[in-house]
Amino acid sequence: MNAENIANPKVVVKDLNFYYGNYRALNNINMNIAEKMVTAFIGPSGCGKSTLLRTFNRMYQLYPKQKATGQIILDGANILDPKQDLNMLRAKIGMVFQKPTPFPMSIYDNIAFGVKLYETLGKNDMDERVEWALKKAALWTEVKDKLKQSGTGLSGGQQQRLCIARAIAVKPQVLLLDEPTSALDPISTAHIEKLIDELKEDFTIVIVTHNMQQAARVSDYTAYMYLGDLIEFGDTSTVFTNPKRKETEDYITGRFG
Amino acid sequence: MNTSFLQEARLKRQIWLDMLFRGMTRLSAFGVLALLVAILGSLIIGSMPAINAFGFNFLTSAQWDPVTDEYGALVPIIGTLVTSAIALVIAIPVSFGIAIFLTELSPRVLRRPLGIAVELLAGIPSIIYGMWGLFVFAPLFADHVEPWLNDHIGVLPYIGPFFSGPPMGIGILTAGIILAIMVIPFIASVMRDVFEVVPALLKESAYGLGATTWEVVWKVVLPYTRIGVVGGIMLGLGRALGETMAVTFVIGNAHELSESLLMPGNSISSALANEFTEAVGELYTSALIELGLILFFITFVVLSLARFMLYKLGQREGQST
Amino acid sequence: MMNLYTRRRIINVIGLVVSMLAMLFGLFWLCWILFTLLDHGLPALTMSVFSEMTPPPGSNGGLLNAIAGSLMMSLIGTLIGTPIGILAGTYLAEFGQRGWLAPITRFINDILLSAPSIVIGLFVYEVYVVHVKHFSGWAGALALAIIVIPIVIRTTENMLRLVPNTLREAAAALGAPQWKIVNFVTLRAARAGIITGVMLAIARISGETAPLLFTSLNNQFWSSDMDQPLANLPVVIFQFAMSPYEDWQNLAWAGALLITLSVLTLNILARVLFRQSATTH
Repeated sequence: MNAENIANPKVVVKDLNFYYGNYRALNNINMNIAEKMVTAFIGPSGCGKSTLLRTFNRMYQLYPKQKATGQIILDGANILDPKQDLNMLRAKIGMVFQKPTPFPMSIYDNIAFGVKLYETLGKNDMDERVEWALKKAALWTEVKDKLKQSGTGLSGGQQQRLCIARAIAVKPQVLLLDEPTSALDPISTAHIEKLIDELKEDFTIVIVTHNMQQAARVSDYTAYMYLGDLIEFGDTSTVFTNPKRKETEDYITGRFG
Repeated sequence: MNTSFLQEARLKRQIWLDMLFRGMTRLSAFGVLALLVAILGSLIIGSMPAINAFGFNFLTSAQWDPVTDEYGALVPIIGTLVTSAIALVIAIPVSFGIAIFLTELSPRVLRRPLGIAVELLAGIPSIIYGMWGLFVFAPLFADHVEPWLNDHIGVLPYIGPFFSGPPMGIGILTAGIILAIMVIPFIASVMRDVFEVVPALLKESAYGLGATTWEVVWKVVLPYTRIGVVGGIMLGLGRALGETMAVTFVIGNAHELSESLLMPGNSISSALANEFTEAVGELYTSALIELGLILFFITFVVLSLARFMLYKLGQREGQST
Repeated sequence: MMNLYTRRRIINVIGLVVSMLAMLFGLFWLCWILFTLLDHGLPALTMSVFSEMTPPPGSNGGLLNAIAGSLMMSLIGTLIGTPIGILAGTYLAEFGQRGWLAPITRFINDILLSAPSIVIGLFVYEVYVVHVKHFSGWAGALALAIIVIPIVIRTTENMLRLVPNTLREAAAALGAPQWKIVNFVTLRAARAGIITGVMLAIARISGETAPLLFTSLNNQFWSSDMDQPLANLPVVIFQFAMSPYEDWQNLAWAGALLITLSVLTLNILARVLFRQSATTH
């Protein structure tokens, strides 16, 4: 594994274990996430890739009986430290989900909601921020005339880009994408993949995908996981063209999974 | 430095607001608990004079005499139980039939309107049923049905005495029938909701084996939904036991024990409705409050049993699949 | 010996005919009741019903004071009961995953939901009327509020549970504190359903008679003083219908029709509202 080779890690995962009750879902994960790059987690369903992603913002804490041990270090601070304030943490780490999750409010308010949580902006500044986020998410031209309309009225692909805009509007440092295109049609998927490519200029991106071509297309680093273990981790071209481990090769060439 | 200080303050405020909101919801939930305790407590305190005066005899005595201040709850307790039993005996098969009709037999166009009609009827205030019972049903019942019952069923051995008596129109039987009419839409709409949950695939596979509609209902739909069906019946029973207005108009309000269902009787709720505001003297009021306590206790037991059965059945279901 | 298949078919036909008869049987009574209500109520429903007070026996009058009293008590009862119900329902759905309070509250709420309403009246009599020593509109409103609470709790919890968890996660991922998630995202998403539940609760209390008998009682005259006995439609209907006077009985029918129409209207409105919100999502 060449996880240590990443020169400039934004996030460092050390000896991470995760439990659903008594069931251990992640086994001793160690990895570095490179700054302003795209890291993809791939693997068959149930391998723990989404679970791993959800430890990065401690989303599991919404549910009883789920816990993580080990360390996830972001900018020198341990995310898993119970003293670490959760909401502040989550403001630094944006997340986009499998299914679009527009809030039941206008397009404008959807984006302003997160910004208002940690910043006090005047009307003009807020307008600018909303426009900036929508432009970044390549949605501005489609919605600029209907910002007051409900976010739930958009198409699926638009809704997902709205969610991306909402996540980046708070200017997070890391963006977590949990199978962001699995509920979308191919055209919307292409939109979002292009978007990911542009967003990595500003953000560190971690994406979970069940689609290997997608991982190959968008990511710089790829982690292959199986049954809670990190099997192989390295730069994407190596993992896909010249995997070190037999299991990875089997999965990638479609012999398994 | 300054910004982090501001953020710190903001953070503290959020944590405080979080606790405040959570505390408010928790307090409200706790209020529900306190409400039940308060209801029970106030009823028990209110009935203490009667409990002290009559003890357990209160439950077994049929005496109810405000003049001599002697009170026993047997007549209203029996009245409540018997009227509810009559109501269920009539309402269960009818509601079942209605639910089957609405889910399996009805032409598609009628399904929705009839279903909505049944649900709307379940919402009609019970006082309407009571008024209709008093003004329309009771006179007809007295003129046409009760004489027939006297002549034909009243002469039979064993069950005869239940159905012989003066044809007055009002009485236990009438009250039971009115209650039945009132709970039919209620139980039927619960059953229909439950039947609609059965996966179409399950029914189709039974039909695919050549089962008739009746067999599908009896052997697939009913076993699949028995939990909900029992729950619906229990809820209907709970309603019937506690119902005041539909009964008060037609039960006759007589504190006399009679084996004839045609005779006037009393139920707990109608005794309360008729006598409470006019009751004078501590003991009289207290006896009425004890009646209320008994009613609350009976419905509490029935509803808890319903919950328990549903829980048990649910567990068994969970194991078998 | 009858062929098995024939027997099965005969049982089937009998069963189906019987359930059809059950439907007819049920509808028969209910149509009859509605017919009676219209037959007696419509002729009695004149303008004076809305413009005059409840009369003494043997003279003409209306139901104005009773209508006003019912509206006031239902309104106040709803205003007291709804916030408590929504907060408690929110606790059950959003915060109650751990601990003992939620399961017990849920169980007790089920009991209260089906508790005899006359017992609620007795309770308010015992804890309020006895202490202030007179019947009053406040006592009536309090009794109605106690009926509203469990209905609103039940619908609030159910509707919040329908809100997908991903929506909560999405708000949490932005760093929103829980009170904001619940107030601005989940409760908002469940809004239409909760409003429907509140409307159904109003429909329920506007026809309740039993809890008002010992709390607000009745008042023959115009009164807007909540601290005095307050006239209300259900109790007026009860007293007038049980009386031997024909004028009073007619007014009782008019009132009965009025209540039924408003309850049905509320039910239908709630339904329409809920369906509309369901189609836009």
